[in-house]
Amino acid sequence: MQGYNEEDFLLLSGIQHFNFCRRQWALIHIEQQWEENVRTLEGAYVHRVADQPLLREKRGDKLIVRSLPVHSKQLGITGICDVVEFVLDPEGISLAGEEGLYLPYPVEYKRGKPKKDDSDRSQLIAQMLCLEEMLVCELSLGYLFYDEIKHRVEVTVSPSDKERVRTTLLEMHHYFQRNHTPKVKVGPHCQSCSLNLVCLPELMKRRTVSSFIESRLGE
Amino acid sequence: MKKLLNTLFVTIPDAYLSLDGENIVVKSEEETLARYPLHNLEAVCTFGYAGVSPALMGACATRNIALTFMTRNGRFLARVIGEDRGNVVLRKEQYRISDDERRSALVARNMILGKIFNSKWILERATRDYPLRVDVDRIKRVTASLSDAMKLVRNVEDLEVLRGLEGTSAVQYNSVFDDLILQQKEHFSFNGRSKRPPLDHVNALLSFAYTLLATDVKAALEAVGLDAYVGFLHRDRPGRASLALDMMEELRGVYADRMVLSLINKKIINHKGFYMKENGAVLMDDETRKQVLKAWQERKQEKIIHPFLHEKISWGLVPYAQALLLARYIRGDLDEYPPFLWK
Repeated sequence: MQGYNEEDFLLLSGIQHFNFCRRQWALIHIEQQWEENVRTLEGAYVHRVADQPLLREKRGDKLIVRSLPVHSKQLGITGICDVVEFVLDPEGISLAGEEGLYLPYPVEYKRGKPKKDDSDRSQLIAQMLCLEEMLVCELSLGYLFYDEIKHRVEVTVSPSDKERVRTTLLEMHHYFQRNHTPKVKVGPHCQSCSLNLVCLPELMKRRTVSSFIESRLGE
Repeated sequence: MKKLLNTLFVTIPDAYLSLDGENIVVKSEEETLARYPLHNLEAVCTFGYAGVSPALMGACATRNIALTFMTRNGRFLARVIGEDRGNVVLRKEQYRISDDERRSALVARNMILGKIFNSKWILERATRDYPLRVDVDRIKRVTASLSDAMKLVRNVEDLEVLRGLEGTSAVQYNSVFDDLILQQKEHFSFNGRSKRPPLDHVNALLSFAYTLLATDVKAALEAVGLDAYVGFLHRDRPGRASLALDMMEELRGVYADRMVLSLINKKIINHKGFYMKENGAVLMDDETRKQVLKAWQERKQEKIIHPFLHEKISWGLVPYAQALLLARYIRGDLDEYPPFLWK
């Protein structure tokens, strides 16, 4: 199978950053900058429930697996699914060591409540693409669990959704190969960004350093 | 801008620091003296010699808390760094600039510009605040020549020329620095800089203040992912944090010199807090060192408007802001490195 080498894999979770702000993604994944803020700490807290790799449960027709590492060679991404529910389904696929046929449904844990933008969805879709490739099956349904409402939201995924995520991932690889940190597009989202002070979004609107120096010297 | 958190200075000689959950615990002879939550701390600076537990070192490194060891006399000993922060792309570009004398000069000249600008305004301020106490004409002659030097520095593209201009400006500034000491003249006078060892009270204070500033600047450079040991004006020398020294140029005056002057002029410290060794080396006693640390901490909490960012930040965050701006320049977001031009 053609595709990316493992060392060129990007982190799947990055797609959420990338959709939120390309510069934020580049600061985290290219420049390796990270600052905690209330939101990132909440995020880590929410994941403590899901992040229990040794917990494997069977409930009725369901096999629940936590912290499942996944990847896609085709898309060059790797990551961890918080929870994957394998549900008995005559249309499903066989799993080594299990009887019956199953279909996998990823469940991604998120802080807060459902968001207007597409970033959580796209991360879930990327997980589904990985599961499809690794398990040789086709998926069209996953879940986002939001900590604030303590509820999961069903996410149906169309072929065009998947195509959009593939295009985004191509773009991420393109930036990554060039090691390029794009300039910021300042917006309301900057207020909630944990990297606000590393990024210095206001800097992009400001006059040049040359004119700053000249005017100070002239005072 | 990020928040300035506290620095914990541990001056008890036999203090041992360890980790308990999310807290740092200070012990002396098995007795717990204090405990502080780590999330309130930005730096820990210990003058003791009993040590720090590996667990606490790790906790500081992962939380980006600068942990520094000093000798009893306030000289830098060592510091704990965790995994490198930042990325190789930024650092490699820093190395490329450092390897290229002309590109180095373009960054270094702005740092020196900052140094001369700040020196000039320290002097100008004295002529405005104390016209009856200082020799205004003498100082004005110096500030005029500093202004001329700045015009030249602005166009320099050669490191040697830049070093020359920096040197003569420093001589000019030092020649009137003593004029700024307005109190306790009989015990505190400045007759040129002596470092190894400091030979008078003023030099002992300056050396200590510069050491404190150096640890802050080094930590700030590393926090943004730069290599504090690869400089532009200061060339590579094993064990020397050249980039930190570069960046200190623009901060020494406004940050350290002014604090030393106010300690003397406000009589917060006096000559009894110093002692002289047989060879003329002047050292501070523990109480004086504590006073300096206290003043240093208070000063770091004071708020200013950053001249370039126009953001209200504490003095203590200035090294971090400058390090961040330098990283942004190296990554190509800014047309020049904006030095800290304070007045």
